[in-house]
Amino acid sequence: MDILKFITAGSVDDGKSTLIGRLLYDSDAILADQLEALHASNRKNDDGTIDLAILTDGLKAEREQGITIDVAYKYFETDKRKFIIADAPGHIQYTRNMVTGASNADLAIILIDARRGVVEQTTRHSFLVSLLQIQKVVIAVNKMDMVDYSEDVFNNIVADYQKIAAKLNISDVTFIPVSALKGDNIVYPSTAISWYKGDSLLHHLENVEINRDNASTHARLPVQWVVRPQTDELHDYRGYAGRVSSGSFKVNDKVTVLPSGFTSTISKIELYDTQPAEALAGMSVTVHLKDNIDISRGDIIVNSAGEPQLSSVIEADLCWMDTRGLDTSLTYLVQHNTKTVRCKIREMLHKVNINTLEKDFDEDFKLNDIGRVVIKTAEPLAFDPYQENKANGGAVIIDSRTNVTVGALMLRQSVE
Amino acid sequence: MSTNRLDYLDELEAEAIYILREVAGQFEKPALLFSGGKDSITLVHLALKAFRPGKFPFPLVHIDTGHNFEETIQYRDEMIARIGEKLIVGHVQDSIDEGKVIEQTGKNASRNALQTFTLLDTIAKNGFDACIGGARRDEEKARAKERIFSVRDEFGQWDPKRQRPELWNIYNGKIHKGENVRVFPISNWTELDVWNYIRRENIPLPTIYFAHQRDCITRNGQLMAASPFLNMDEEDVVERRNVRFRTVGDMTCTAAVESYAFEIDDIISEIADSKISERGARMDDKVSEAAMEERKKGGYF
Ligand SMILES: Nc1nc2c(ncn2[C@@H]2O[C@H](COP(=O)(O)OP(=O)(O)OP(=O)(O)O)[C@@H](O)[C@H]2O)c(=O)[nH]1
Ligand SMILES: [Mg+2]
Repeated sequence: MDILKFITAGSVDDGKSTLIGRLLYDSDAILADQLEALHASNRKNDDGTIDLAILTDGLKAEREQGITIDVAYKYFETDKRKFIIADAPGHIQYTRNMVTGASNADLAIILIDARRGVVEQTTRHSFLVSLLQIQKVVIAVNKMDMVDYSEDVFNNIVADYQKIAAKLNISDVTFIPVSALKGDNIVYPSTAISWYKGDSLLHHLENVEINRDNASTHARLPVQWVVRPQTDELHDYRGYAGRVSSGSFKVNDKVTVLPSGFTSTISKIELYDTQPAEALAGMSVTVHLKDNIDISRGDIIVNSAGEPQLSSVIEADLCWMDTRGLDTSLTYLVQHNTKTVRCKIREMLHKVNINTLEKDFDEDFKLNDIGRVVIKTAEPLAFDPYQENKANGGAVIIDSRTNVTVGALMLRQSVE
Repeated sequence: MSTNRLDYLDELEAEAIYILREVAGQFEKPALLFSGGKDSITLVHLALKAFRPGKFPFPLVHIDTGHNFEETIQYRDEMIARIGEKLIVGHVQDSIDEGKVIEQTGKNASRNALQTFTLLDTIAKNGFDACIGGARRDEEKARAKERIFSVRDEFGQWDPKRQRPELWNIYNGKIHKGENVRVFPISNWTELDVWNYIRRENIPLPTIYFAHQRDCITRNGQLMAASPFLNMDEEDVVERRNVRFRTVGDMTCTAAVESYAFEIDDIISEIADSKISERGARMDDKVSEAAMEERKKGGYF
């Protein structure tokens, strides 16, 4: 059995938390004591039924205000799959928390309120989903109960959204009309929406195919830790521990260590007391090389047949996540894989206007702004373009005054 | 369905090992908080996978309320002898003797709340900059919101409204002096995942996790082990029951469940069928809707 990670996104009050609650409730994934707490809570829907959103709105402030502030993670499984759900906030103020949840998602469910159609937050979240290269997108047109389950309303929203998807290069979209409140097309097919012939949301989630890049030419192993017991019997033991971020490694593969550029051959792959024949993407292993070369944390071991770019002047998409605006005169830190080095934002190329999705040349990066920059790092980074290999193309900017993560970088190309 | 992805237990294991190694790589003085429960026992097993044949780059730390199940302490000491790693014990009794905290009185007295002080004190005395814990997001709705690397201020407090963004598998462990980071490698595991993993890996557990006979009293609707640490009066009727524990903490706040699960397979089917969550057996969470959030803000694990 595999795991599908997905996120709910969309504008505030579109019903994301309610949808998650409904999904859990109708698939019988809520335990008795949690249900008891749900019934006992004084936050109820207008008609007196239980408010399913409080299943994920776990913070006091969230329950008081009736909105989601930070991502909540929920877990459930069916016979087909295990699911890790990230319920993201819709409010623009908490975009950074949405980005946090979205960065690890295989699939995004973007909700649209059937009464309101596509709004600015729908576009913003769609843009982020496309930038972050989330493989699959589901558009859940919610609150269908409030528009008399109208097919026309649904079709108009589909048409509107397809224009945005085309601009954003989102190719794999599935549209589902739902009512999270009433349960239409969430777990069970809807009787009220008889004109819709597609799958219920759960059925879709159970069957959608997600791929992982196991091509050996993309083999990447960021070194986290060097295992050196230095005991008498293991005097010469030297293993490089890390998690294969993409591709796969086999014994005898020719590898290059970056940034040094030294080459060698894999002599052994270990996972504790076993020696797997192959280290696949996602596996945490310890590898040994034939030659004794200097490797430490922050280096990356790659397949010599497909090396990444190595550069210290890099063009990247940037999503700014701090209330203090970007300051090009400051030195920040950039963390890419297991490496953290100093960096500057050398140039701001453009920002993107969320309403029009056009370029905007207002040179001022503030909270939630998205655009393109050129960074200069103190040491070269060994990266792949994010759009080709997200596992080796994402990095974060840290403000060294506050130590807070302030920017998400999707690296594009060397411009040295 | 796609076949090029790892099985879920391998995926969860690989993620946890990755997180443990990030702690080793990013911090000067980390520690692994070991409670003696199944989650921290699982963490120790994952640490063996992350660092052997090398030594752990951190000691194990046990915050001891003094109100322990004997079996837990025995297990702890045997395990330490087996793996040959360093153990540091912080005693709540010491904090009481030093007058730093005051023992509760009354029928429901417990040292559960006091251990937060001893924990923060132990962190400060040893200068730990990162503490690894076995909390899982499926346990409770405030925990469901917490980052993998969760920064605590110099008072040990968690600020849920100001969590750092945490993207992909890039964990930012940068902190100012006096702050520390709580790290949760098995955040994404469910209770059932932990049990399935323990079975797959053959990890030994303290005997109290399995069904056994024990003297119990019923308090606030829950079965509590009769012990000298529980303030009992004539209203409390001691009965011999067949029980096991789903979570193991301080004796005064860990409730037992009636059970005939003698083997791990029985436990797994019992949990899969169970309609009550694991923390439903913790008196400490019952107090209010925001009980856990409030405790975490104050520095609780
Ligand atoms: N009529 C109707 N109301 C709904 C539906 N889904 C959600 N709602 C209501 O919409 C309101 C907002 O729902 P939430 O689930 O909290 O919205 P959200 O998208 O999670 O909001 P944020 O997380 O704060 O962005 C609540 O009052 C819900 O009861 C639906 O399908 N039909
Ligand atoms: Mg919400």
